[in-house]
Amino acid sequence: MIDVIWLLLFVSGVVTALATGRVDGVSKAIIGGAETGVELSIGLISVISFWLGLMSIAERAGIVNGLARILKPVGTFLYPSVPPDHPAMGAILMNMSANLLGVGNAATPLGLKAMAELQKLNPTQDTASDAMCTLLAVNTASITLIPTTVIAVRMQYGSANPTAIVGTTIVATAMGTLAAVVLDRWFRVWSRRGER
Amino acid sequence: MQALIATLSAWILPLLVTVILVTGFVRRVPIYNAFVDGAKSGFGTAIRLIPHLIAMMVAVSVFQASGAMNGVVHVLTPVLRWLHIPPEVAPMGLLRPISGVGSLAFMTHIFETKGPDSWLGQLASTMQAASDTTLYIITVYFGSVGIRNIRYALKVGLLADLVSVLASVLAVYWFMGPMPAH
Repeated sequence: MIDVIWLLLFVSGVVTALATGRVDGVSKAIIGGAETGVELSIGLISVISFWLGLMSIAERAGIVNGLARILKPVGTFLYPSVPPDHPAMGAILMNMSANLLGVGNAATPLGLKAMAELQKLNPTQDTASDAMCTLLAVNTASITLIPTTVIAVRMQYGSANPTAIVGTTIVATAMGTLAAVVLDRWFRVWSRRGER
Repeated sequence: MQALIATLSAWILPLLVTVILVTGFVRRVPIYNAFVDGAKSGFGTAIRLIPHLIAMMVAVSVFQASGAMNGVVHVLTPVLRWLHIPPEVAPMGLLRPISGVGSLAFMTHIFETKGPDSWLGQLASTMQAASDTTLYIITVYFGSVGIRNIRYALKVGLLADLVSVLASVLAVYWFMGPMPAH
């Protein structure tokens, strides 16, 4: 998939350039793009390092655990098929807390652990269970409080107020997540109806 | 409400840092060492991004400099106007569920041409931050446990991405008012 997208961006660009006579610009874009890619990555070191450092304190202080406990009612509501004391619920809640805090690096391993635990509860081993679909819906919508990467890139481009997007992000991500949860429920009911 | 959230935006980072440091200290975490330990891995994380960002920045730069992007934006404009999505962010929105780095590359182009604090800059930032790379998550999560039949998961993910884009437009509209004409 990513191969096709990458190829399409190049080929459509070069073809358009040939048609419009902007070949010079394309050569420059290739060199300039590579340079920007490196600069951008290097510029991200500061904020990513700072955030990972802070999150390592949060983890050791039990803040992620604490958040997971607070989120427990949300978990039992979203995942009615998972027993509240099953390890799957623990992993799901930890994954949710990590997402919320913007600890993307920690969220993925926790999410994968949740998947492994959910697979133990899954009666059909090659077909996704209801709970798995919900976990995916929640993770693809990814509720976030602090969008660290975007803040870092905004800083690099000289934003006067890099954290100004925290508010809009919380609003948008909350709506997106709500939509994902509702759609997940909707399609679950719909798929049941199809089976009958 | 907007004023409250705007204030929260300005305060959330310093507040969060303070809360985490104080909580850590009270719970007897060696906060300085814990910080340094965690921050160490930031360098590697950023460096690992370099090849991905080079690949995507070059492709997106070519796509933009050649005029192909304007072509796509032009074709999509009528549909997007109807959905109230500014056409300028369309390529980014299309790429967001497929490649997070790709949409990030588009975002930087908007920052370069319009500025990060402009209306479109804020919208691009919000779109990038408010959603995750659906295709990547579906592949990795389901792949890790060998699920082949993913049922409706992809549909839900992509539809939620569309809602995310619309919600981003709404959120920026709500905070900054309508998009200024340029």
